[in-house]
Amino acid sequence: MTVADAISCQELVELVTDYLEGALDAADLRRFEEHIADCGKCTQYLAQLRATIDVTGRITAGDISPEAEEELLHVFRDWFAGRAGTHEPPRN
Amino acid sequence: MDAEDAKLVAALRAGDEEAFRRIVVEWHPMLLRVAQIFVPSRAVAEEVVQETWLRVLGALDRFEGRSSLRTWVFRILVNTAKTRAQREGRVVPFSALNDPARVPEAAVDADRFLDADHERFPGHWSSPPRALPEERLLAGETRDVIAAAIEELPAAQRAVITLRDVSGWGSEDVCNALDITEVNQRVLLHRARAKVRRALEDYLAPEKE
Repeated sequence: MTVADAISCQELVELVTDYLEGALDAADLRRFEEHIADCGKCTQYLAQLRATIDVTGRITAGDISPEAEEELLHVFRDWFAGRAGTHEPPRN
Repeated sequence: MDAEDAKLVAALRAGDEEAFRRIVVEWHPMLLRVAQIFVPSRAVAEEVVQETWLRVLGALDRFEGRSSLRTWVFRILVNTAKTRAQREGRVVPFSALNDPARVPEAAVDADRFLDADHERFPGHWSSPPRALPEERLLAGETRDVIAAAIEELPAAQRAVITLRDVSGWGSEDVCNALDITEVNQRVLLHRARAKVRRALEDYLAPEKE
């Protein structure tokens, strides 16, 4: 690692999202990877960010209320009935 | 159109109530969550979602399968929600809410690093990330902590992390839905994720006295 253009931990944490998004340019990507290869604490930070993203993706949005579900099924029935009415009946 | 979608669309067009119930149960809660990004209240969001389903059914014959059915439904939702927000007089563009260039914000508090002029280790961790116990990461209450942390975020950050990480959208779809640039999206996502990580750390590995 050339010390002159190395990045610090404090700089690295600000590049993590660009890194994960594939948005770092070649020079920053090299600095990022050189730092990470050598720094357990930043490796830990990056792993935690990945874990955070993973767990965030597991949040469930909750359940639909039975009332809303029933109401939408009514909407669906009405839609289908109206639609059947506007189409020509099937010929035999 | 992919095979799953083709089957589903055919079932819906044929009036299959169970097929409709399945997608309603599966997608409705997330539709509601996304609608709340754009409109001021839960009640209005519920109306927006209701209207979305109506529009979805009305346009179903014109669905060509260029995107997945799910993506298409969420696009209709976003359009419906934006139109409604306009009518409610709530048209604060997300790009204006938090111009990242104007408001600097550190992902990790500066006091967790050594000073930039430290003799040997400038800008290195002084208070490194505390280990998060693996087995508790996946517990239900951990998800509640994340949900609460997202609630606390500024609106634009909340919008981006909800679409990207909770709903799993790609960045291009998020930029289009929120009318923000790729760069702004990344900055907002960066800040949002950093705060959620911090909330997890505080909860799962609280600082010792």
